[in-house]
Amino acid sequence: MSNLDEFKKGLLKENPTLVGLLGMCPTLAITTTALNGIGMGLATTFVLVGSNLVISLLKKVIPRSVKLPCYIVIIAGFVTLIEMLMKGYIPGLYKSLGTFLSLITVNCIILGRAEVFASKNKVLPSVLDGLGMGLGFTCSLTLIASVREILGAGTLFGLKLPVLNTMTIFILPAGGFFVLGCIIAFVNRIAKKKPPVTAGCAECSLNGECAACENKGGAEE
Amino acid sequence: MKTFFAIMLAALLTDNFVLTKFMGICPFLGVSKKASSSLGMGAAVTFVMVCAAAVTYPVYHLILEPLDITYLKTIAFILIIALFVQLVETALKKLMPPLYKALGVYLPLITTNCAVLGLTILNIDNEYSFFHSIENAFFSGAGFLMVLLLFSGVRSRVEEADVPETFKGVPATLIAAAILSLSFLGFSGIGG
Repeated sequence: MSNLDEFKKGLLKENPTLVGLLGMCPTLAITTTALNGIGMGLATTFVLVGSNLVISLLKKVIPRSVKLPCYIVIIAGFVTLIEMLMKGYIPGLYKSLGTFLSLITVNCIILGRAEVFASKNKVLPSVLDGLGMGLGFTCSLTLIASVREILGAGTLFGLKLPVLNTMTIFILPAGGFFVLGCIIAFVNRIAKKKPPVTAGCAECSLNGECAACENKGGAEE
Repeated sequence: MKTFFAIMLAALLTDNFVLTKFMGICPFLGVSKKASSSLGMGAAVTFVMVCAAAVTYPVYHLILEPLDITYLKTIAFILIIALFVQLVETALKKLMPPLYKALGVYLPLITTNCAVLGLTILNIDNEYSFFHSIENAFFSGAGFLMVLLLFSGVRSRVEEADVPETFKGVPATLIAAAILSLSFLGFSGIGG
């Protein structure tokens, strides 16, 4: 695959959230406003690009038996970095993302890409892969967050929209599950008309034991 | 005593990890297919949460704080959790094989369960005392277990229900979760 393809695949074809069903926790938790969605997405993109870069550089150095702890430490390092940067430059966003900024560490998209891609590929494709996956994640977060913000608060990026009745429920946790469910159903519907998409499961670091993997079969049948 | 009940109610109901804080969604969707596996996962998470809370508290207050390197807490905590999970797995394998058999599959998944890391960070952010940290860990784990069990019941019905083709699988499960989350919203306000 050419470098451009490595970049493009994360955006749509192997979108980590909507197709791969990875990283569900931040997807649901912080998508209450579109701005949060973008902030979280870009923070994750930063960590993903950084960790993919370092891991692909160190792929011959890291012993296989302790690779998972090594990856986690590298990822946690980048997370600490973005935490400090965000705290210094955009304290408002830092506050609204809260704990979930630290929790980027255990986002399975990042571990998954490290394991599947960065540990086997050269530096440039790894960085592009991280960038594509990160931007794909950002786009889906922003999409979900926009839907929730428009329906729940009647605003988009804080701007007032002429929405007749706002339904607060969409901002609340229950609305998160609901909107994500509907969007995935919609993606399933579109994907049916295209060649089958294969992403996610086999590559996830959890060896097919996490939610995404088990459910995927059911979703595609 | 008042804080004791406030923390307990918050951890179990109003601020439930899965349905309100959205932590641990992966295991919630993954292992809630059967009641028995929900029980196993819930028990393993509760156990690791309590142990992790007990270890991270002294590490934070006795090592990170005096050295003024509290910004390293994410790295320190995830390492502790990863080590701990490994330790528990090895110890259980040698000492209590039956328990290992019951929980074994779920243990490696716990390292990447954001509920555990989230809990240890929340304990520090909320400035809980040692005792309250442990209590919060225990009841958060119990709340996690309870929701997993409840949802496994809901799910066995959803799987058999006749849902539209596009909603089969994950979407239907997520919408069922939305309804369960809605019912937990009814608890908000108590104990606060």
